[in-house]
Amino acid sequence: MALEDLYDPTEALNPEALERLQTDRLRWTVAQAARSPHYGKLFAERGLDPESIRELDDLRHFPLTEKQDLRDSYPFGFLAVPKDEVVRLHHSSGTTGTATAVCHTAGDVERWADLVARCLHMVGLRRGDVFQNMMSYGLFTGGLGLHYGAEKLGAFVIPMGAGNSRRQIEFMGIFGTTAMHIIPSYAMALLGTCEEMGVEPRSLPLRFAVGGAEPYSEGTRTRLQEAWGIPFHNCYGLSEMCGPGVAFECPVQQGLHLWEDAYLGEVIDPETGDRVVDGEEGELVLTSLTREAMPLIRYRTRDLTSFTPGPCPCGRTHRRLSRIQGRTDDMFIVRGVNIFPLQIERVLMSMPQVGRNYVIVLDREGYADRLTVRVELNADVFFGELEQLQSLRERMADRLRREIMVRPRIELVEPGTIPRQEGKAVRVIDERKD
Amino acid sequence: MIEQLAIFSENKPGKLERITAALSEAGVNSRAMHAASLGDMGVVKIVVDRPEEAYEALAGQGTVRKIPALAVRVPDRPGGLHEVTAALTRASVNIENASGFPVSGGEAILILEVADVPAAERLLEEAGFGVLEAEEFSEAVGGP
Repeated sequence: MALEDLYDPTEALNPEALERLQTDRLRWTVAQAARSPHYGKLFAERGLDPESIRELDDLRHFPLTEKQDLRDSYPFGFLAVPKDEVVRLHHSSGTTGTATAVCHTAGDVERWADLVARCLHMVGLRRGDVFQNMMSYGLFTGGLGLHYGAEKLGAFVIPMGAGNSRRQIEFMGIFGTTAMHIIPSYAMALLGTCEEMGVEPRSLPLRFAVGGAEPYSEGTRTRLQEAWGIPFHNCYGLSEMCGPGVAFECPVQQGLHLWEDAYLGEVIDPETGDRVVDGEEGELVLTSLTREAMPLIRYRTRDLTSFTPGPCPCGRTHRRLSRIQGRTDDMFIVRGVNIFPLQIERVLMSMPQVGRNYVIVLDREGYADRLTVRVELNADVFFGELEQLQSLRERMADRLRREIMVRPRIELVEPGTIPRQEGKAVRVIDERKD
Repeated sequence: MIEQLAIFSENKPGKLERITAALSEAGVNSRAMHAASLGDMGVVKIVVDRPEEAYEALAGQGTVRKIPALAVRVPDRPGGLHEVTAALTRASVNIENASGFPVSGGEAILILEVADVPAAERLLEEAGFGVLEAEEFSEAVGGP
């Protein structure tokens, strides 16, 4: 890869130089972390010394950091700088438990913007592009995170935020939007808005989209790319590690480059905590390498992925993560079987008879769990016969049973009748009362 | 050959009402209606005087398809229906769905769904039955 095509030459740094850079930064990070009340106490108790780090592998001696640790130390237990050095707070919604607070210094915000700029540059964003950012602004990192990176590249940024669907489409036409940042399920819903407005999505001046904030299947991506007529590039991040821009997909679309000069990644078996080999799925564990305000050591992301073996044809040397396969938090159990929503999505989106939206409903029939998958029918494939619907329902249930080991009840519903979310899609409704 | 409409519908209160409201608003006269259900969902089939307008009115709010059918004019007397079914049986044509209603002039119109509509149409015409084209059908069943 020609160096002049890169935003930052670090993207193609040779592996030895990259490792030296990581080792230096790791030693700095552990020393920085030791200044926070949480890690200061932990390192003292365990006799861990930042100076003991000679190579990357020495990280193994440090314990994993759990989301619960962040909650227990809420709000400032992980803060490694005086509070007056903090210029920005981001905060989780707290939907899955106590909230977590993440603080940033001016340097953190600057380096984050730079990483996001690197991501967007990689997929072609330049000065002159019009970037419509449809992620929520505010405490959620999706909006501001990409905003700063796109501005840094000199793009014309429209800070739309989420929702107000007709206006989103109108603005695309008026301002000539060439790139959008959007939650995949919302991109699917906006297709319905285009239809209502009589706008052909492929006729818009868009060149590409960045999809993030929720896991989605390759089948959904293929549908989105066809309907919008542009590539969708996957973006990965989490607020504990700044936000979006931790890993990003290059135009090859075979995995997301983890920016290893800023984050050190490991994939572990979530049960045993042992590292797994490249290509094998496990939980992503990240160590920040440049964060000043809240460095995190071996943080369990709860996201399931694997390292893609081998070099990427694009020439960048940073290792790739496979498409995120879901979160350990998303898993639900039906009649003793562990199921991830994305397993269901993969099956549904491979069937052309399935429309744009679905939802999984869990309830009880007597004492037994009942799994219902409510699916919008694709209006184009309906040919008017009841028998067709009957056999389609059977086929869906059979294929899902093969994937998840439980035969779900299928409810076919009319297109556009499952409520749309403007933020992350709600895929599972659990009505079981325990 | 005429076109009837098939509408995918969830089996919930108000779903059928939504269909009839759209038809009434469009000023379309429906002559036959048939709902088949699989419990929580089903297919509603309707025969109207002006299928194109009905289709436009329904397409805005649901999943609707035009499906071809035969409209056969028969004398409204005992045995009238039998003559048609006997002719189809002799040619081994399977009738998948049927409905009918009387029209003025002592006649009735029989609506038949078969796998190969054009072939059945030829066969009945050759046997001397009056098979209606879309325009004739609209005229025969149109409202006042």
